[in-house]
Amino acid sequence: MAVPILKQGDFLIASIQAALSDHDLVQLRDELSERVGRWRCRGLVIDVTALDVLDSFATRTVRGIAQTAKLRGAETVIVGIQPDVAFTMVQLGLTFDDVETALDLEEGLALLRRIVRGSFRRAH
Amino acid sequence: MPTELQVPIASEADIVTARQKGRELAASTGFSGTEQTLIATAISEIARNIVTYAKRGEIHLSALQEDGRRGVLVVARDDGPGISDPQLAMQDGYSTAKSLGLGLPGAKRLMDEFDLATAPGKGTTVTMKKWVR
Repeated sequence: MAVPILKQGDFLIASIQAALSDHDLVQLRDELSERVGRWRCRGLVIDVTALDVLDSFATRTVRGIAQTAKLRGAETVIVGIQPDVAFTMVQLGLTFDDVETALDLEEGLALLRRIVRGSFRRAH
Repeated sequence: MPTELQVPIASEADIVTARQKGRELAASTGFSGTEQTLIATAISEIARNIVTYAKRGEIHLSALQEDGRRGVLVVARDDGPGISDPQLAMQDGYSTAKSLGLGLPGAKRLMDEFDLATAPGKGTTVTMKKWVR
C-alpha cells in the first residue's frame, strides 16, 4: 500500500490512508528521505490519522523517518495520533522522543512553519 | 464473526491481518474502542516476534465466557528457536533484534493475563487474555 506524498511549498505531506505493513513503513521512510533531497524540502508532515495501531515497530520507524529527515535538513511533525492509539502507546512505554506532534494537518503545518522559521533565524 | 479463528503467521502482511481479526473479535465480544486498540496492538507485537524470530507460526483467537464474564484469549505459537532466557526477554528494552525491546513486556502490560512458555529448540507459546470490564 503506497502512501501518497504531496508537495506543498517547501513542505512534504505524507498522508497514510490505511493500515501499513512493516515493509510499507520502511518504503515510506526511504521515499521521504529521497524526496526531501530531490525537492529540497524544509519540512515533513506525516499524517497517521488512518492508523488504528501504532506498535513498537511503527513508532520506531516513524521516529527513524524524522531523524533521517533532520539529517537531510528537514523538520518533521507527526499529526493525527488517535486518542486510543495515544493511550496504547503510553501503556506500551512508547514515545516519539524529540519528534514534534500536532493534533491535525492544519496544526501540524502551522507548527512546522514556526519551527522552520525559528531555525532559519537561529542560523542567520 | 466466528468466536474462534486461526491466523497463520508467515509474513509481515499476516501481522496486519492478525491484529485486524483480533480487533473484530474484541469488538464482537463487547470491548470498548480503547480496549480493542490495546488488544490489537498486543497481537501486533507478538505476531511480529513470530515473524522476526521464528519466521512462521500461528495465532489462535477465541472469545471467552467464564463465570459470567467475557473476554478474549490470544495464543501465539511457533516452532522457532525458542527463548534461552525468558526472564531477560520480558525486560523492557531487551532485544536481540535491535528493536525497542518492548514486544513481550509491552504486550503483557496491554493485556490482563500473560504467560510465556518457551525453551531453546522447543518453540515459543505466548498465551494472553483480556476481560471486558
